[in-house]
Amino acid sequence: MDMNTTINNGINENAEISIQTADFDHGFEVNLLENENVEDGAVVTFSGRVRNNNLGLKVKGLFLEHYPEMTEKLLADIIQTAKQRWNIGRVKVIHRIGQLAIGEQIVFVGVTSKHRQDAFAANEFIMDFLKVKAPFWKKELTELGETWLEAKTSDKEKAQAWSK
Amino acid sequence: MIKVIFFAALREQLGCGGTEVSANSASTVAEVKVALGQKNNEWQNYLANNALLCAVNHQMVNEEYSVKAGDEVAFFPPVTGG
Repeated sequence: MDMNTTINNGINENAEISIQTADFDHGFEVNLLENENVEDGAVVTFSGRVRNNNLGLKVKGLFLEHYPEMTEKLLADIIQTAKQRWNIGRVKVIHRIGQLAIGEQIVFVGVTSKHRQDAFAANEFIMDFLKVKAPFWKKELTELGETWLEAKTSDKEKAQAWSK
Repeated sequence: MIKVIFFAALREQLGCGGTEVSANSASTVAEVKVALGQKNNEWQNYLANNALLCAVNHQMVNEEYSVKAGDEVAFFPPVTGG
């Protein structure tokens, strides 16, 4: 089941969130951020992919589960907070769910702004809070079998550092 | 009734994606956990995990949060997306 939602409620104008099983095209997403957007000189994108290794084990693939009714709302809240904190233009967040193979894309965060500092910071902020707030869970398939990943303290500390 | 749902590792540990708890038997999140443990003794250990998170009607809440009939209470492990 694919869900594509455009959020156009005031502060989140120009923000789009998509939770989907399908892959995405990085170049196409950059084009969407840039298309008819000549106010912004900076475009910062992050994409996360499935590694073939974790904690010393060979990884064969990932399964991603989420809480559908809650995910988009939480991501919208994170984007809204970023928009209040930095002067940014367009935002796109894509997160895939379901079964993913090695090398496949998992997540995309794209942010535009007039100057690079805002887009760099907002992109990192959105990604840091997505990691610790958005209700997604990864199950890893390794040479030893299937395991649900544990949340990392380092991710929590990274998100907390934004409030210092 | 209060609708209760579970995700990820917890869903697999409990062997169940969700259930219902009578609103008469629980007025807080902590009491929902107790009611779930009474439904199924084997669930008690898993629900006692302090790291578990809870959302009521899609808002993150703590154990003291009040619940009522018609609410959706979700329990899940710390998130690991991205």
